[in-house]
Amino acid sequence: MPGYTTAELVTVMASRELEDRKTAFVGAGLPLISAALAQKTHAPDLTIIFEGGAVAPLIHPTLAPYSTNEARATRFALMVSSPSDLFNLLHRGYIDYGFLGGAQIDKYGNINTSVIGDFEHPKVRLPGSGGANDISSLCTKTMIVTHHEKRRFIEKIDFLTSPGYLAGGDSRRAAGLIFGKVDRLVSHLCVMDFDEESGVMRVKKLHPGVTIEDVLENTGFAPLVAEKLETTSPPTERELKILRELDPEGMYVPHA
Amino acid sequence: MVLDFVEARKQIEAKDHSMRDKLMPPEEAAKLVRDGDHMAIGGIMYSRTPMAMIREVIRRGVKGLTASRLLFSFESDMLFVAGSVDKAVTSWISMAVTWGVSKIMRNYVEGGKVKLEEWSHAGINLRYKAGAMGVPFLPTLSMLGSDLMKYNGAKEMDCPFTGRKLCLVPALYPDVAVIHVQRADRYGNVQVDGMPFADADLARASGRVIVTAEEIVSTDRIRREGDKTVIPFFCVDAVVEAPFGSYPHECPGLYQADYEHFHRYADTVAKKGVDGVKEYLQEYVYGPASYYDYLQKFHIANLMKNVGLSRRLVSD
Repeated sequence: MPGYTTAELVTVMASRELEDRKTAFVGAGLPLISAALAQKTHAPDLTIIFEGGAVAPLIHPTLAPYSTNEARATRFALMVSSPSDLFNLLHRGYIDYGFLGGAQIDKYGNINTSVIGDFEHPKVRLPGSGGANDISSLCTKTMIVTHHEKRRFIEKIDFLTSPGYLAGGDSRRAAGLIFGKVDRLVSHLCVMDFDEESGVMRVKKLHPGVTIEDVLENTGFAPLVAEKLETTSPPTERELKILRELDPEGMYVPHA
Repeated sequence: MVLDFVEARKQIEAKDHSMRDKLMPPEEAAKLVRDGDHMAIGGIMYSRTPMAMIREVIRRGVKGLTASRLLFSFESDMLFVAGSVDKAVTSWISMAVTWGVSKIMRNYVEGGKVKLEEWSHAGINLRYKAGAMGVPFLPTLSMLGSDLMKYNGAKEMDCPFTGRKLCLVPALYPDVAVIHVQRADRYGNVQVDGMPFADADLARASGRVIVTAEEIVSTDRIRREGDKTVIPFFCVDAVVEAPFGSYPHECPGLYQADYEHFHRYADTVAKKGVDGVKEYLQEYVYGPASYYDYLQKFHIANLMKNVGLSRRLVSD
């Protein structure tokens, strides 16, 4: 029994992928906790930016926002602006990282958060894009953070809400998406990147105790596998302690 | 909804642009929302939601509305179940990430009772912005290559200057906008604290504008901080005094959202679905005889707790 939950594992592993001195467009919940954890460990000068309009807020653990569009997300921010102004900054290339989750993800990192089934007559209507399409269209590097399961990682998604490499190869650029890319996928089993040429997802690092067979069994398509598979080191005591202080009630990232 | 920017401009030219007293009771202001209108809703998700006016619109039994908003929280549940809205135009609908996918939205959209037109968040912002500018469209680099463009009416074009591909979003010219703010004078000079969202654009784009304000202040007070004014009087048709007018949603700087109420609402919906929302409407919308009877339902101690927590945000 590891001393952490899968959500804690994902949060820690995602935080480790964030470099210091960069800007990150983060959503409420796990992405925020992940970015805040990075700030308190290896990336003290990571700038958190919220879609609602806040640049570099100081989030209080007991007053964490339930959404990026509420007053708690603006606490002591350096700038409190509008979503459209933040989308200006996104268009201009100021946002290094974006975080996304998704109900369905294909091997090119395209994401569906709109509908299961037909768009006009959906079997399941999901909340929709929000800023997800904008993030994956324009952040310099987009990171997908998700639970790893076969029904989520599928060959063909029902609806393309947020673009990854579209149909692979040069199709993303050809569609007019000339900036940014989907760069990483962090799940509770592994870390993946994308082959630049084909745009196909590639298993890069396995989490402690996970085999490549585990990953392949839980992926509904055939990902590429890096020639030299790395293994991540387990979450440290320090990371878990900070993580739990950031989310004391385990509301966003359930504790062990 | 006005589709043509030329018509939209003529409509504004024909309006009375004078600085006159527009302060009125909520039930009077709600008459500016008519059957079949496109109603743009200010704020975002559960921040500065014009709840007082939404309740009034529901009570009046307005039908056939298209409601647009940057992101909807559970006010959309209320509008759907009340039968006020046939179509929603937005980038996202559900209470907030914490409470998962809205069962009510699912019921109404999957059942074909409400049509949902989906944009990216930048996309819908730009649609209001184009309306505010009085132009027919604006370009963006979002949504290209996505399936959103296949259904929402955005178009692709090659830039006439650079040859690069662009996504064009059509301007939105709502018939009416309902916006909740911290303060306004009786003429409709509107000031906002905290995140401005797209409210200034909504007000400029819409044919009619209803503003509800936590506080009605003197014009002298407005003049002392003219740089805080985001909507000038001539854009506004009705001003309504509405303390706690966004409650149980938040009004930044004044009170935080009533999250305990959110949890209870979510539990009710989880257990009873659409019937739960019907009960909710009966209790909080149709039931209370007056504006203050509504607030009474939340109890003063509870209201003040959320006032206190809002203040703590800038003191801790």
